[in-house]
Amino acid sequence: MTPDHWTPRIVAFFCNWCTYTAADLAGVSRLRYAPNVRIIRLMCSGRVDPQFVLDALARGADGVLIGGCHPGDCHYVEGNTKMLRRFRMLRRLLAGFGIEEERVRLEWISAAEGEKVRTVINDMTERIRALGMLGLPMRFEEWDREMGHLEGEIRERATDLDPDDDEAGEEGEPEVPAAAQRPEASHV
Amino acid sequence: MDAAARDLWNRAHSRVNAEYREERRRVTIDPITRLEGHGKIDVFLDEHGEVERAYLQIPEMRGFETFSLGRPAEEMPQITSRICGVCPTAHHMAAAKALDALYQVEPPPAGRKIRELVYHAFMMEDHALHVYLLGGPDFIVGPDAPPGERNVLGVIRKVGIETGRRVIAMRRRLRELIAYFGGKVIHPVLGLPGGVSKGLEPEKLGEFKQLARDNLDFAMFTNQVFKDLVWKNPDYVRLITSEAYTHRTHYMGMVDEQNRVNFYDGQLRVVRPDGTEYAKFPADRYLDFIAEHVEPWSYVKFCYLKPLGWHGFTEGPESSVYAVAPLARLNASDGMSTTLAQTAYDVFFNTVGAKPVHHTLANHWARVIEMIHAAERIVELVNDPELLSPDIRTLPTATPRRGIGVVEAPRGTLIHHFETDERGLIEKANLIVATQNNAARIAMSVDRAAKNLIHKGEVSEGLMNRIEMAFRAYDPCFGCASHALPGHLPLRVRLYDPQRRLVRELVQE
Amino acid sequence: MSKPKVGFYWCASCGGCEEAVVDLAEDLVEVTAAVEIVFWPCAMDFKRADVERLGDGEIAATFLNGAIRTEEQEEMARLLRRKSALLVAYGACAQLGGIPGLANGFSRETMMRFYFEDGPSTVNPERVRPAPETPAHGAALELPRLRRVVRSLDQVVPVDYALPGCPPTPKLTRQAIDALLSGTLPARGSVLAPDTALCDECPRRDSKPTDVAFREFRRPDRTRLEPGVCFLAQGVVCLGPGTRAGCEAPCVRGNMPCSGCFGPTSRVRDQGAKVLSSLSSNVEPRDEAGIDAVLAGIPDPVGTFYRYGLAKSLLRRRVDLPNEPE
Repeated sequence: MTPDHWTPRIVAFFCNWCTYTAADLAGVSRLRYAPNVRIIRLMCSGRVDPQFVLDALARGADGVLIGGCHPGDCHYVEGNTKMLRRFRMLRRLLAGFGIEEERVRLEWISAAEGEKVRTVINDMTERIRALGMLGLPMRFEEWDREMGHLEGEIRERATDLDPDDDEAGEEGEPEVPAAAQRPEASHV
Repeated sequence: MDAAARDLWNRAHSRVNAEYREERRRVTIDPITRLEGHGKIDVFLDEHGEVERAYLQIPEMRGFETFSLGRPAEEMPQITSRICGVCPTAHHMAAAKALDALYQVEPPPAGRKIRELVYHAFMMEDHALHVYLLGGPDFIVGPDAPPGERNVLGVIRKVGIETGRRVIAMRRRLRELIAYFGGKVIHPVLGLPGGVSKGLEPEKLGEFKQLARDNLDFAMFTNQVFKDLVWKNPDYVRLITSEAYTHRTHYMGMVDEQNRVNFYDGQLRVVRPDGTEYAKFPADRYLDFIAEHVEPWSYVKFCYLKPLGWHGFTEGPESSVYAVAPLARLNASDGMSTTLAQTAYDVFFNTVGAKPVHHTLANHWARVIEMIHAAERIVELVNDPELLSPDIRTLPTATPRRGIGVVEAPRGTLIHHFETDERGLIEKANLIVATQNNAARIAMSVDRAAKNLIHKGEVSEGLMNRIEMAFRAYDPCFGCASHALPGHLPLRVRLYDPQRRLVRELVQE
Repeated sequence: MSKPKVGFYWCASCGGCEEAVVDLAEDLVEVTAAVEIVFWPCAMDFKRADVERLGDGEIAATFLNGAIRTEEQEEMARLLRRKSALLVAYGACAQLGGIPGLANGFSRETMMRFYFEDGPSTVNPERVRPAPETPAHGAALELPRLRRVVRSLDQVVPVDYALPGCPPTPKLTRQAIDALLSGTLPARGSVLAPDTALCDECPRRDSKPTDVAFREFRRPDRTRLEPGVCFLAQGVVCLGPGTRAGCEAPCVRGNMPCSGCFGPTSRVRDQGAKVLSSLSSNVEPRDEAGIDAVLAGIPDPVGTFYRYGLAKSLLRRRVDLPNEPE
């Protein structure tokens, strides 16, 4: 997606017992809300590992919304409290990475609050629209262009040095745009 | 979790993660190569084939001053130790002393003495490494021995396998002492504002006392080896004192109240090329005396004496270039605080010449004298009853703001300067590392060696060896000064004719 | 049968990994007898031309330490990858970016400007900077370019194994070499250290509370650290729960908490996020203000949770840095 045709992409992690049900309710009630959210249902907001949030952003989400039960209402007693604690730290961590606070949001939405689902999603979509695209995959490609540069130069030199060597071209790896050559980004 | 369940769990996870990894993997093209992983020396010849100028270039920097910003100050001894894995203890200790100053707290006697014990053990083993393994081959095996002989194995052949074993065993025991207090020997963790994290258990003391005795024997033995092989050999003394390896610069080193060499604490003293005192100042006034100059062809900055201004890579009374490291320490002091080292100190100046000694290669000898001093200090420290006190740390109470710490690293004066906010988070960090202090003089030595050994476009056979000898005497640690190869720097020398065509390339491995 | 060829090389590192290999001490002699070391720049003659002459994959294993910061290092990594059947990321910098990877929180320009222009002891009124090419005597002096981004080895070339640690221990190094020689290496992609958390082998594990509830986090600068008691029980941040075992807890034996140099276990994709999760979930307060007050005891989350792993984190680098020329 290019910045010109961009519209916010928000990944939402909703608790099965409350916020997901509320989103369902919003649907059944035909409440219209911005179509920018991809909802992932989890059993509890306490299941939202901060790794999920970072991974969503790294894969192209512009924002992440976490929905859980109101304090005191957690189906598993205090999963939502655990999420709140992590969230407070995660916000500071993300600030340290230069990511705006508003891109990651935690909301308590009970099963009855279909209307709140709509308000929150619309509000968040607008705020992120105002912030603009996060576009991490594109940034990663941009960062790694400096490696493609060396590769391109080296390939040129190889061709220069071995003008008679027909195999040089054939043996080479398939042509891959430099920008796409991001190596794996996982732990070995 | 029991082992079987954990195993199952781990296997399931590795499978999932392998798939995940595959999913994220992209093609990487593997190209041919272009550059050398070497320190580079470019030599420019004039129309007569004489050397105009030779440049030693250091190819990397890592930016510790910048990425320390925002970090809690107490992390600095551990973060900055990663500047150099050969002398991590020096960075660790300079940073710990900077934290004392930052938090305005004095370690209790046991805390200070444990630091000093660890520090002298480190100086000892690092110097031993250099004397026997890095610099030693030049003298013990001989400067004109074939390159294949001038290595550790050559040293062992010359001094005997037993001595080789002794060197390895002594270094291992010293490093075990460091690891006992510091957790790890490479990147220790003991230093905290106001003292150390761990004290000495009484049952370990006997072992350390034995180590101290053996170590002093070892230092005296090293002195004997050096005496027999080097300073009884007039050829070597002539080589050491030859003009080719001589630069008349200033010298800097840390001294105690009686102007005696001190590795851990004191004031910095600078002497002029004629040996008179130029300045003496506490570390926190370093900015009045030390400045760094930038050249576009190296990532290393070149230190000089700030009040004198930068006058290029020059020597003599008008120059602001100074040297650090063992020879500089002896030159900048009036003596040693321990008896055996003082005797060796006197012999040194009686043999090599009056103070200051300007011969770069005399660093090897000065290093041996410092080994004796370190060994004697270790003996003093392990016999100090205060060492066993459990009172190893004074907890700080003041608000941190600015702290400067200095130690004499094996390779010379090392300064850490931190400023923080009131929570103790780093707002500014500035580091003057040993090899930077020496960088200008090292550059001059390389240039000098090239000028002496290249004439009429012809390169004398021993050029690479002699260049390497010149800078190896400094025990340069470009790992510290930027990053490159600690101790031993593989070199590539390229010669350009007056038309600036590359006429010759030599590689010293 | 000829002995397997082995190589050691370094990139953006401190030399500590080399020292770690030297610390094999007497073992080193045995190792060198069993393999043919084709290059090791710090200790032996290193002829790059010899490496180039080798066939692709002819080196049985290369142990490469250090992060990748310059174009020169990147190129050496590529050469050694091509020449080596197995490429081992040796140590935290090669595996995770290490301490040099902390530079990914800053732009290259910020770093260069402070170091070469604005530092308090730097005198540089003309704002001279090291340049890729400096004209001199009618020719050019060349320096390798610094990359904008610090990378772990596997972000540049495929890596077969990682030996974790800052530096790796001689014991794990020895085990890896033995496994290589006896053909008993585990599946490619493995980290050559136990796949459990450090707490498993910590001498203080018995004092680790089963149910930690942090009322405060205490920084070591003003805290007296109790010997023998789990750091988490003392309210001191210890990365043991989120860090791989294998080092045998030397820092803890030195009475200091783990700072995470062995990286995560295989179950974790992002060590920092995982440690953040484990520490934050267990603070005692339930309300925002109370939670924030406790978490304020960790003033530098990025540096604390990614001390060695910033380059290898899911986000890799501070994302809002200006776009610099290559």
